Amino acid sequence: MFKTNKDMPPCAMSLADMSHNKTGSWRTFKPVLDENKCIKCFICWKFCPENSIDIENDMPKINYDYCKGCGICSNECPKKCIEMVEE
Amino acid sequence: MKKVVTGNYAASYGAKVSRAEVVAAYPITPQTQIVEKIASFVANNEMDAEYIKVESEHSAMAACVGASAAGCRAYTATSAQGLALMHEMLHWAANARLPVVMANVNRAMGPPWTVWTDQNDSLSQRDTGWLQFYCENSQEVFDTTIQAYKICEKIGLPGMLVLDAFILSHTSEPVEIYDQDRIDKFLPKYNPRYKLEPSETHAFGGLTTPEWYYELRYKIQSAMDEGLKEIESVGKDFGKMFGRKYGLIEKYRCDDIDTLLVMSGSTASTGKEVIDRLRDNGERIGLARMRVFRPFPKQEMRKLAEDVNKIIVIDRNISFGNEGIFFSELKSALYNENTDIPVYGFIAGLGGRDITMKDIEGMIKKADGKPKDIIWWGLK
Amino acid sequence: MKLTIPGEELMGHGNLSCQGCGGSLAMRYALKALGRDTIAVIPACCWSIIDGPFPYSCLKIPVFHTAFETAASAASGVSAAMKIKGKKTTVLAWAGDGGTFDIGIQALSGAAERGDNIIYICYDNEAYMNTGIQRSSATPYGAWTTTTPAKKFKSAPKKNMVEIMVAHKIPYTATACIAYPEDFIKKIKKAKGFQGTKYIQVLAPCPTGWRYDPAKTIELSKMAVESGIYPLYEVENGIYKISRKAKNKTVKEYIKMQGRFSHLTGEVIDEMQKNVDKEWELLIRKEEFYGHTKE
Ligand SMILES: Cc1ncc(C[n+]2csc(CCOP(=O)(O)OP(=O)(O)O)c2C)c(N)n1
Ligand SMILES: [Mg+2]
Repeated sequence: MFKTNKDMPPCAMSLADMSHNKTGSWRTFKPVLDENKCIKCFICWKFCPENSIDIENDMPKINYDYCKGCGICSNECPKKCIEMVEE
Repeated sequence: MKKVVTGNYAASYGAKVSRAEVVAAYPITPQTQIVEKIASFVANNEMDAEYIKVESEHSAMAACVGASAAGCRAYTATSAQGLALMHEMLHWAANARLPVVMANVNRAMGPPWTVWTDQNDSLSQRDTGWLQFYCENSQEVFDTTIQAYKICEKIGLPGMLVLDAFILSHTSEPVEIYDQDRIDKFLPKYNPRYKLEPSETHAFGGLTTPEWYYELRYKIQSAMDEGLKEIESVGKDFGKMFGRKYGLIEKYRCDDIDTLLVMSGSTASTGKEVIDRLRDNGERIGLARMRVFRPFPKQEMRKLAEDVNKIIVIDRNISFGNEGIFFSELKSALYNENTDIPVYGFIAGLGGRDITMKDIEGMIKKADGKPKDIIWWGLK
Repeated sequence: MKLTIPGEELMGHGNLSCQGCGGSLAMRYALKALGRDTIAVIPACCWSIIDGPFPYSCLKIPVFHTAFETAASAASGVSAAMKIKGKKTTVLAWAGDGGTFDIGIQALSGAAERGDNIIYICYDNEAYMNTGIQRSSATPYGAWTTTTPAKKFKSAPKKNMVEIMVAHKIPYTATACIAYPEDFIKKIKKAKGFQGTKYIQVLAPCPTGWRYDPAKTIELSKMAVESGIYPLYEVENGIYKISRKAKNKTVKEYIKMQGRFSHLTGEVIDEMQKNVDKEWELLIRKEEFYGHTKE
């Protein structure tokens, strides 16, 4: 972001968010949603610590750019329709 | 308007007229009156400030830091043990580039318990990134509070003004309190470019790797360099506005001299009396009163040293295992310029022992021959 | 389908928490409850890292990173600044259990006694996790940490910080748990309605430090509440109210899911169960007693 100290703010101050940090690369297992079985309770969305399950067209959509693969969504899904698949 | 006030009250009035918005402080002898007075100002609506009666000095500085980060002018006052307890947060204030201003009443460190003056409390905070002003009298305490805000807010560093326990803190002197409108003109409202502000969402002070930490420290040093100029120009402007001019070093009768005496704080007043007496006897001696210790006025000191052939430093402090601190710093400023004149370092007055005219004259007389690294004056 | 918690996300992507971090979830929920007009003060804790390195931050609110023991005192300063500026911005002190129960307790007690207008949320992962799982005074009896090795596991009970805060007679104190985000969010919103210091302690399990599969974070958190080990309750102006009455799981079921308790024998576990039952009983009595005094 900076070339020299002259480009920097006077103190350590954030100037951008963390979206450049694609934490999806940390994953070893990947959650895969079976949309046919999903009852749209959005419990997976609610319990995602990465805020990486979006809601699109009334359906949970896993954001693999940031999903760290913790498996909470799969564990909490009442219909067991999110499977953890090895990457 | 002139008011007869103690050094402590001069500090309280300084905070008031500077319109400090958040005060967070904890009592300690001999600083207590500063905060008592501010408490009464706030209670009587004479001062529009939030006074947080914190439960410790560590919290006092943390609260000042928080308030300053949120864009307020913050003030505190302390002494000795209290200043030592603040240490971690002194770094925080400076490294976060927050222009908090505080008064520190110079009191010797315990144990043993003591309440009398020396400079080891403030000088122990030398490397925290705070500007340090050593005041000689109550007027200077008042004036420097106003100037410190102006300087510190310009360069983005905190500033500490220092006054001697009792000799200054509890001694009443007439102090001129200027009109508030003129002070407001000199010191406008604090409005930093960056602050804690929901519409801007910056995070301050997050984890910083070796990639940029180093540059941030360079920026503090640059700000200190800027501070040297700022102290002079603000001191000059202050003189134009209020009739009292200030700088980095006060040169007292330093024209046409061969010996320079270096002192700081209220004892410099005694030093001036001695200089007067010696000058009347035809001796060519003058006094440099170190008003500012950080940033250290190297160039000024070198210039003074050029025209003399002997320097005598009286330190009311000691860096254990080395020597007097002003003495050390002064010598190191001269070294790279090959200024090869004898510098004599005296330790005197620790823990509030009087430094009398006779003592000062004695030290001047003793400064002869090959200089020693340390001379304990008046040791029993 | 209607969402049971607010949809707005003020914790952005790419944070640095471990997989399955309870502290990360806690922050996500807290900001949903508080909204954009909030300033956070964060002392040394996992969240000093999770937020992201300079010049980045994953949070969409202003943050002041401060020294370990100064969450409350720095927040007091920010709060005073808001007051003098006439702003209604919520000041959130967000600290770990170490920063709250241990090194920051003095500053917190000071702020609470003065009634400084802040919401203090302690995300409780029951140890110093940032520095690599050392015991804190929030670590429960029996637990392994790197400074309480299995052979000499933690022999002191968890400090009852919630009751310490209640004893300050602040307007609102509550416990919460990340497995019950609706309850947590409701409590934060309620806290926002009070003037003075509000304290919420949210259980936020740490898979790394507690030694369990990250996928189990919510399941385990629920178990902590359902076993009565971490009861959910609130104390509003001195009146106790238990948020979840059911106590239908055992200590044994809870601790067998976690590596940090794997060294414990049946006897010790029985002792722990007795203590939990006693504390639960006491809480019910408090609710009854203060409920009566209300009438
Ligand atoms: C004065 C001081 N002592 C020690 C530390 C080192 N330190 C940083 S975070 C931390 C532990 C934090 O524990 P907790 O508050 O529970 O937060 P967690 O890391 O678990 O999120 C310690 C000991 C420090 N930063 N400052
Ligand atoms: Mg912790």
